[in-house]
Amino acid sequence: MLVLAMLTIIGAIALACTPSHNQSTFDTLGPVAENQAFIFIVIFWVGAFVFVAVEGALIYAVFKFKRRPGDGDPVQVHGNTRLEIAWTIAPIIILIIAAVPTVQGIFYAAEAPIPPSEGGLEVDAIGHQWWFEFRYPHPDNPGEQIVFANELHIPVGEPVTFNLGSVDVIHSLWVPKLAGKVDMIPNNDNSLWLQADEPGVFFGQCAEFCGVSHANMKFKVVAESRSEFDAWLQSQSQSAFEPAEPLAVQGKELFKSAGCTGCHATKSIMKLSKDGKKLPGRIGPNLTHMASRINLVAMLDNTEIGNAEPNDYMLQRNLKDWISNPEEIKPGNIMSAQAAVYTDPSKALEEHEIDALVAYLLTLK
Amino acid sequence: MTTVAFPIPRPKHPTGVWNWITTIDHKKIGVLYGVTAFLLFLTGGLEALLIRIQLASPGHEFVSPEVYNQLFTMHGTTMIFLAIMPLSAAFFNFVVPLQIGARDVAFPRLNAFSYWTFLSGAIILKLSWFLGGATNAGWFGYAPLTSMSQNPGTGIDFWIISLQVLGVASLAASFNFIVTIINMRAPGMSFMRLPLFTWMTFLTAILVVLAFPVITVALIELYFDRAFGMNFFNVINGGNPVLWQHLFWVFGHPEVYILILPAMGIVSDIIPTFSKKPLFGYNAIVLAGAIIAFMGWMVWSHHMFTVGLGPIPVTVFTLTTMAIAVPTGVKIFNWMGTIWGGSMDLRTPMLFALGFIAMFTIGGISGVMHSMASSDAQQQDTYFIVAHIHYVLFGGAIFAILAGIYYWFPKITGRMYNETLGKLNFWVTFIGFNIAFFPQHFLGMDGMPRRIYTYSEGMGWDLWNMVSTIGALILGAGMLLFMHNIVRSWRKGELADGDPWDGRTLEWSIPSPPPEYNFAEIPTVYDRDDWWAKKRGNVKHGVPVSGGSGEEEHSIHMPQPSYWPLVVALGICIIGYGLVYSYTVATVGTIIGVIGVYAWSFEPVNDPEDEDDAAH
Amino acid sequence: MAQATITEHGEHEPTTTGLNHRKMLMWAFLGSDCMFFGSLIATYLVYKNKSLAGPIPEDVFSILLTSVSTFVLLMSSMSMVLAYAALTRGRMKTFRIWLASTIIMGATFVGFQVFEFHAFVNHEVVVECDHINPADLTPVELEVSAGCVDGVHEVEKVVGLTPKTNLFGSTFFTLTGFHGAHVTLGLIWLTSLFLLSFKKGMVTPEKNLDVDLAALYWHFVDVVWIIIFTVVYLFGVFPGF
Repeated sequence: MLVLAMLTIIGAIALACTPSHNQSTFDTLGPVAENQAFIFIVIFWVGAFVFVAVEGALIYAVFKFKRRPGDGDPVQVHGNTRLEIAWTIAPIIILIIAAVPTVQGIFYAAEAPIPPSEGGLEVDAIGHQWWFEFRYPHPDNPGEQIVFANELHIPVGEPVTFNLGSVDVIHSLWVPKLAGKVDMIPNNDNSLWLQADEPGVFFGQCAEFCGVSHANMKFKVVAESRSEFDAWLQSQSQSAFEPAEPLAVQGKELFKSAGCTGCHATKSIMKLSKDGKKLPGRIGPNLTHMASRINLVAMLDNTEIGNAEPNDYMLQRNLKDWISNPEEIKPGNIMSAQAAVYTDPSKALEEHEIDALVAYLLTLK
Repeated sequence: MTTVAFPIPRPKHPTGVWNWITTIDHKKIGVLYGVTAFLLFLTGGLEALLIRIQLASPGHEFVSPEVYNQLFTMHGTTMIFLAIMPLSAAFFNFVVPLQIGARDVAFPRLNAFSYWTFLSGAIILKLSWFLGGATNAGWFGYAPLTSMSQNPGTGIDFWIISLQVLGVASLAASFNFIVTIINMRAPGMSFMRLPLFTWMTFLTAILVVLAFPVITVALIELYFDRAFGMNFFNVINGGNPVLWQHLFWVFGHPEVYILILPAMGIVSDIIPTFSKKPLFGYNAIVLAGAIIAFMGWMVWSHHMFTVGLGPIPVTVFTLTTMAIAVPTGVKIFNWMGTIWGGSMDLRTPMLFALGFIAMFTIGGISGVMHSMASSDAQQQDTYFIVAHIHYVLFGGAIFAILAGIYYWFPKITGRMYNETLGKLNFWVTFIGFNIAFFPQHFLGMDGMPRRIYTYSEGMGWDLWNMVSTIGALILGAGMLLFMHNIVRSWRKGELADGDPWDGRTLEWSIPSPPPEYNFAEIPTVYDRDDWWAKKRGNVKHGVPVSGGSGEEEHSIHMPQPSYWPLVVALGICIIGYGLVYSYTVATVGTIIGVIGVYAWSFEPVNDPEDEDDAAH
Repeated sequence: MAQATITEHGEHEPTTTGLNHRKMLMWAFLGSDCMFFGSLIATYLVYKNKSLAGPIPEDVFSILLTSVSTFVLLMSSMSMVLAYAALTRGRMKTFRIWLASTIIMGATFVGFQVFEFHAFVNHEVVVECDHINPADLTPVELEVSAGCVDGVHEVEKVVGLTPKTNLFGSTFFTLTGFHGAHVTLGLIWLTSLFLLSFKKGMVTPEKNLDVDLAALYWHFVDVVWIIIFTVVYLFGVFPGF
């Protein structure tokens, strides 16, 4: 009986713990996730004990106390006060013990060890239906923010505080291997912090139902050395590359004439308002350096999983698929619903126009 | 005769459809609730199967995301409000008056009204599928996703209105049961001698009375935002979506106890009966139930651990939620104590009751895991929670309800169900259930969020999703077996006597099915498990005669059927549609409702002229 | 042996506690109504002082006027008590007089509410330019005072408060509107009793429970108003809350 129980538990552990999976909460690569997983493990073993005890007793009782023909009434026991007190107090004690690391964990996750007020890194993360906008303060120019989308770089070994917001409905920022999630709620100033202890590419996904394409709202976090991070941030703050190749030049003009610039900025610097307030960006993701990203439209991979650099061939194919038929890839997306080239058949893009746009966008490294 | 402007005779339909439509007999109303709710449960199950088929493989295009989002929203709303609650209500209705030794509930017409209003609410909700799309923002309807700008169609409005209508039905029923249980107990039936099912019904009714008004207000505020452009959750004018969450969960958490307490009551009646031992620690189980009901008001923000409340509120709610595990555990241990040393009859009701204990324990363990906010930050909004929910609500509440159906089937129908089919039903259901839901724990810890219509290849979620879908199909087969058993046995099952289980509580002391007046003679109660005590001769005084002498039949006056509860419910149904489509229609509904209310209030409980026809 | 006779209105049926079923029902209902108003009041408090624009309590409330209407409603509870007392003593004429007074005073209260709502919707802000101290002005007054340019002595502008205007408008009108609806339902009930009392045998000292239930409801509605008056009006206008 006991062997069976142990096998069940071990089997459960074996089956559940698949740290190699992209969003496994057991593959903890940062202190917050580690802390949260530790607490889970603590209560898992308590739970396993309770499971074995109760289910074991149940199965045992079913066999031992099964009614046999000719049996009379069993002794009509009404209770046992001492036993009942014992099994009330024992759980209380266990829970109190478990509560200690839990509460510590709550406070640990609440504020970064080096908060922004003490010079810690901070990033704004703003939820949109259905993509993630990110903004770093410009390292050199106070009063300016560097804006990008869907792929966030952070330096290894440093805590990063996220200021969470949303322009429409409630979203939630979640990078399972680094930290538990916190919701992004309009009119609320939520924050979370996380830290990556190893370099790598981490999967993130929106974790609060936010409408039609909630399932498609994902992002990537790239953790790299401080010098690599500084270089990346520097490049993100540069203006967009000017295309030279004719098709790309044509694409850039089309980008403007077809109305894309209405929703997509190709300038990655935003200034704060005169009284230091952060201003809302445009409806669509900032595309200034989009060709350097490993995911497109928050859901398509531009590279093999785990790579931090995009594969241009995959990126090109994704771009073409997306621009040709965005509604099929990301149902409900706002571009399909509002951009004239999709809503007005007379303005629909032809294939050579799409090729030109793709050529242009590919230059936005 | 009702004494309104023109005389309207009382309905007099001894048999047939009109008898059922105008009935105010708690037993018939119980059957109406049970059958209606079970059919609605099947629609919720269908919604679930469609969900599982869509998720069986990555990138599956079985349903569109728009339809998928309606499916999971309607599945949740249906199962909670149109399945579990009314199935429990079926038992409140049929069983409670019998257990306390009463002839009916305190307000028989109000009882009928509750059923017809529930039916109105169910119709309003389910028909929305065909009237421009069902609601699609989750059963919890978080703002601002439910705002007019995000969701301009009528789906959300139907959801709002149907929940309000269902709320009226639940409130009316709960008022009725509170008064019935306090005020109509047989002589000697003190509170601490009540069967556990009646006790839990009482606590549940109090929870409903206090919790439903909160969601009523939340829904009114949402309706006002949508219909009149008010600002309760309007972010542009400073509205805070978190207010919706607080209001919703202050209702929502007591609601889950409303869902589980009756189930615990059923199991607490079955286990002693099938162990031939009294409930171990009766006082403790009652107290635990009361503590759960009370503390259920202090834990609501554990549904909001990731909302950014701040570490101090999160800590408080973690501690209160962990604390509520204690009385829950006490109940489980006491059930174990009941079977320990007993003489167990392992027929179908007991199998489901034991299954309840086994499954609810698992759901309780995952619940404690969620209570710890730091690890919950990873679990929230993932399939780990979906697993927890289903272990406590299916493995818990539904298993207990199935146990109750099998247990009280002979009493309700006068026939026995087929035991072999029953056992088969149990095992298929048990196995299918665990295959469907246990792997969802793995998916959650593996990072799969909930409420997603699809997932990518390469995430590693393919296997367990497929397994879960197969389990769901097996579970569906189990439910088909259940229906087959029940329908066949109702028609042709072996006749059952009043006490097929050697029961302990009063409902087993009368014939199966009970006569209209329940007890020929209202019993005097001398102990807990009074019927058992009388049978075994351990009684201070009193003669154990099942069914009573029948001498006083001719002087029993039963309340008479009435049209007015149905009329008022119809008015409410029309008001409901009017609030979605046209205020003129709503006004018409109001007029009908008001006429019904006035006619009802002038109608005596029974007509003096018809007294002699009443008992038959 | 317990009997099971349920006679007309169930009045004489023995109950376990000795309390009448319908009385208990009314108390249970009032319990749920407490939670209903409690949630509306909680919403109001959550959004207190959080409106981004538009009139706030200091702009629109007239404590004097509302105090009068509150007094009238309180007095109507007193007349309700007297009506019930008269009925139980068999003094039907006195009963009708006090019941009618209750109805009239209740209707007066509703009248005051209607007047107040109308005034709020059409609220006019008047700023006298000569003696402005910006610290004393409400945000709306401050906005209107922008019109105080050279030579202008007084600026008037209609800045109404409707349920759509801001958080205060939504929460205020919803809370007090539902209270007013409860009062109105009560008035319909009391008027029905009043008219019925003219029909022989419908309202009698033996059937005083019917009036007792209405009175209980009426007192509840009054108590809720006292809470609303304190929390919304008084706390809204006097500083420090």
